[in-house]
Amino acid sequence: MILIKCPYCGERDQSEFANGGEAHVIRPKNPESLSDKDWGEYVFYRNNPKGIFYERWVHSHGCKKWFNAIRNTSTDQILKVYKVSEKRPDLSEFKNTLKSPSGEPPVGSGNFSVKK
Amino acid sequence: MKKKYSIASIVKNSFSNNENWGKMWRNPNPKKHYDVIIVGGGGHGLGTAYYLAKHHGVKNIAVIEKGWLGSGNTGRNTTIIRSNYLWDESAYLYDHAVKLWENLSEDLNYNMMFSQRGVLNLAHNEHDIKEIKRRVSANRLNGLDTMWLDKNEVKDLVPIMNTDNLRYPVLGAAYQPRGGVARHDAVAWGYAMRADELGVDIIQNCEVKGIKTDNYKVEGVETTKGFIKSSKIGVVASGHTSVLAATAGIRLPLQSRPLQALVSEPIKPVINTVVMSNAVHAYVSQSDKGELVIGAGTDGYNSFTQRGGYDVIEETVRAIVELYPIFGKMKMLRQWGGIVDICPDASPIISKCDVEGLYFNCGWGTGGFKATPGSANVFAHTIAKDEPHKINAPFALSRFSDGRLIDEHGAAAVAH
Repeated sequence: MILIKCPYCGERDQSEFANGGEAHVIRPKNPESLSDKDWGEYVFYRNNPKGIFYERWVHSHGCKKWFNAIRNTSTDQILKVYKVSEKRPDLSEFKNTLKSPSGEPPVGSGNFSVKK
Repeated sequence: MKKKYSIASIVKNSFSNNENWGKMWRNPNPKKHYDVIIVGGGGHGLGTAYYLAKHHGVKNIAVIEKGWLGSGNTGRNTTIIRSNYLWDESAYLYDHAVKLWENLSEDLNYNMMFSQRGVLNLAHNEHDIKEIKRRVSANRLNGLDTMWLDKNEVKDLVPIMNTDNLRYPVLGAAYQPRGGVARHDAVAWGYAMRADELGVDIIQNCEVKGIKTDNYKVEGVETTKGFIKSSKIGVVASGHTSVLAATAGIRLPLQSRPLQALVSEPIKPVINTVVMSNAVHAYVSQSDKGELVIGAGTDGYNSFTQRGGYDVIEETVRAIVELYPIFGKMKMLRQWGGIVDICPDASPIISKCDVEGLYFNCGWGTGGFKATPGSANVFAHTIAKDEPHKINAPFALSRFSDGRLIDEHGAAAVAH
């Protein structure tokens, strides 16, 4: 049970929202000149990091507006919520503190918002 | 020495209070170099090592596991086995596994507790009926034993089911009698024991931190116990596969999500088959201990937390209680989550990649357990021969650029 702060409605339970996958995926400007491999990359391949992830959410049981969020997928801690119109935030301030690619975060596996 | 299990060995060991059974596998320190390294000590990984050693004569193999054997999704699934998939490619792959399951206890001399109690897939509306009947027909053309049952036949098989007095009434079901369940830990342990006898080093509590490559060729793996050299590496790390692949510069079309399951307090036998429902998203079977094993869906977002959200299990339990009013007052004992790697077409990837000597067996998503022996068998072939077995050739990574997807969203359906 994560709490997500909708930029329009405020903090609500995650079950009110639907996830829209990775954010900032740009449709190629020249689809006709792309190779099958590159087009396949755009259609099927998305980042899947254990750590900091830029993603889209929609407040489907609320204002129905889309927005972006930055979440640490190893803790489910939401680091930042921002509107679609805003620029992709620079995240040098949120360093991925995981020791190894599949290592667990210091707070242990689980929901950060519940544990803290 | 080969450790054989038999009635004689049970009687013999009972005289010494079962204290002299001995270790099932060694606990070796990693060598500097292996011919093949398998990353991931679940059923698929251990099985791959076993078939590599047994069928392909590979001598120097290591299985590296970050926790203990079967601590990932092998020990977290709901143990359902079936092969009623729509497309030919999937039917061959999953039925290859079911055929191996049927003789696995004998092959490994280890009791898999494989119970072919049948699997039902319920239809709750007109669309379900059409979709399921289409799948039944496709299955029958592929020689599978799936059949369509009407409501009364379903009721005969599962008398405790509420078929009429609910929001989405049960209108019929697909039934595969050869499907069933098996003991999940036994799969990991059985394969581990026999692989160990064939000289495979099983290295537990050793995490692979990265895959080292040089000029599109694998060199080895960096682990918490140091660097281990190898020219062939098979990655079978389920939810963490894409994380490991990234260390070798490979991108995979996978998304990792938590998938939850729960078990109830043990009760007397009440349901003797496996019942799944896509529309209301619930599936249930009863373990030999008497617990109801209930599976929920995946969370709607990527996560590696191995927990999952409560709204997901709430939805599943709601459906279970409506379908089986008799379970209404049961207490749930445990709930857990595992991280599954989901592919865009709900079919696995068993494939080579751009890096020479690097192989992936991943993307099993929500239903990899049923395929364990088949997957391991064809993956071992792929690694040993450096080319796919004809069964797993369609499951190559290239399908995401040439468009030959194997869309099994209908058959994979409820996550399990």
